[in-house]
Amino acid sequence: MYVRRLELVDFRSYPRCVVEFEPGCSVLVGPNGVGKTNLVEALGYVSTLDSHRVATDAPLVRAGATSAVIRSEIVHEHRSLSVELAIEPGKANRARLGGSPVRRARDVLGALRMVLFAPEDLALVRGDPAERRNYLDHLLVARQPRYAGVRADYERVLKQRNALLRTAYLARKTGAGTRDLSTLDVWDVHLASHGAELLAARLELCAALGPHIAKAYDAVAAGRGRAGIAYRSRVPIEPADRESLSAALSAALVESRPSEVERGMTLVGPHRDDLLLTLGELPAKGYASHGESWSMALALRLAAYELLRTEGIEPVLALDDVFAELDAGRRERLAELVGSAGQLLITCAVAEDVPAALRGARYEVSEGEVHRA
Amino acid sequence: MYEGAIQDLIDELGRLPGVGPKSAQRIAFHILSADPTDVKRLAVALQRVKEQVRFCTTCFNVAEAEQCRICRDPRRHDDVLCVVEEPKDVVAVERTGEFRGRYHVLGGAINPLEGIGPDHLKIRELMARLADGSVKELILATDPNTEGEATATYLALLVKPMGLAVTRLASGLPVGGDLEYADEITLGRAFEGRRAI
Ligand SMILES: Nc1ncnc2c1ncn2[C@@H]1O[C@H](COP(=O)(O)OP(=O)(O)O)[C@@H](O)[C@H]1O
Ligand SMILES: [Mg+2]
Ligand SMILES: [Zn+2]
Repeated sequence: MYVRRLELVDFRSYPRCVVEFEPGCSVLVGPNGVGKTNLVEALGYVSTLDSHRVATDAPLVRAGATSAVIRSEIVHEHRSLSVELAIEPGKANRARLGGSPVRRARDVLGALRMVLFAPEDLALVRGDPAERRNYLDHLLVARQPRYAGVRADYERVLKQRNALLRTAYLARKTGAGTRDLSTLDVWDVHLASHGAELLAARLELCAALGPHIAKAYDAVAAGRGRAGIAYRSRVPIEPADRESLSAALSAALVESRPSEVERGMTLVGPHRDDLLLTLGELPAKGYASHGESWSMALALRLAAYELLRTEGIEPVLALDDVFAELDAGRRERLAELVGSAGQLLITCAVAEDVPAALRGARYEVSEGEVHRA
Repeated sequence: MYEGAIQDLIDELGRLPGVGPKSAQRIAFHILSADPTDVKRLAVALQRVKEQVRFCTTCFNVAEAEQCRICRDPRRHDDVLCVVEEPKDVVAVERTGEFRGRYHVLGGAINPLEGIGPDHLKIRELMARLADGSVKELILATDPNTEGEATATYLALLVKPMGLAVTRLASGLPVGGDLEYADEITLGRAFEGRRAI
């Protein structure tokens, strides 16, 4: 899969711009703040309907404009598909697929598969557990879209269960008497069954990712210690089949019920879990240096890319501001790892930072414009 | 904010399902400029629906008499009871022509986010109807969403000691559509939930 064409209208710093790409490596070069990341951000948006930098759409629309348009042309197995998104903050996105309007913007998901590494990904290592849970869940959905439904169901049940616990808690606190908790058993049943489905999938994913993470970290890090991951849950995760996990979750809910009623919220389940990242014997969070943390974050993205690739999905890989952070040896090793990518988009301020093996097509980015060099 | 009556009307309309503040304002000004006889007819219709439409005392479907049309029909089977959330679900099941038993309308689903628990639904009344043992099968046709599923589970647990057959509607791919047009989430889940034939 590769992106053949990207056209932006009033997206970020671009009034209008068209870039034609080819398979293989493309290097986007330009000084800081000129609009390189904006380009990969636009493609990331086509891929996930989300920006990797901002939670709301308003900053994506060029200052002074009311809406932005991203048009892209994706080639997959020799067929070309156009994906068009119109972003208007406060309104639902409008989308076209192959020229025809689609009912919901999310119908375009899957048209462009992309793995993006950006400096913001440092949060995967240093941020809250939610960052790492999202990393796992997004990857689950990329492999099997039905997990979007599984996760949505789990979150809905969780919200209802929390609402029930919360009203009981408030009633008790304000002296308004006790509230009926008779339906808690019902929510436990559903939380355990949806939770087990999500949990089983995450565990299977972690097992598949492990070797890829170690390999990628070994290539991009300065070379001390092996990178590993381990899924962390308050619930026993052995054996990892759905039935056992459901039973384990049910048991954990029974056990924690007194404290849940006491605190008015759900304290066990996949929404409280974490992915432990380790370097050698030590956890990365709190121990790793800035450089090690950054390498770990990059390894997580590269592993996701490799995993999708071994499963027959060949996503586009985008590396934003990566090579300036690496010394010559690590640049070469990274080039070896990703050199065979179907399409690789690289941004950098200094073209010479990119190893010769990856210097494919070169694009000069200047204020609001992109030119093939 | 407008003054007095017009703002009152906007506020009332805004409370209706699916009517946002902008629509409420548009409808209110439409009514203000409409012909007085049209407005009177609307007012009468609103009043009559509250005065004349009642809920069936047996199944809680909408009715114009003490009991609804279905509960009064002697040809319907008494041994199968289909539990639904709303009167509109009765209409939907009736359209299938598949069901000849009787209904019980709960008046919603368990929904803690909206403060709705079992006591707010016609569950005590359902249990009373089941007490004499004449119902042999209970079909739980609550919506196939989080709240509907939870309500079905709640009822299933509740009636378990009574030993009657409890069934749940199958959910899956929409019929009449082509497999290729099902979105990948729906199709993926249908795959996961496949059964032997
Ligand atoms: N909504 C917007 N309207 C206009 N300019 C924007 C908007 N959002 C970001 N920019 C500009 O885009 C530039 C940042 O672009 P970016 O792609 O992050 O740069 P880099 O080339 O360093 O990756 C900044 O100059 C910023 O002011
Ligand atoms: Mg940048
Ligand atoms: Zn009736």
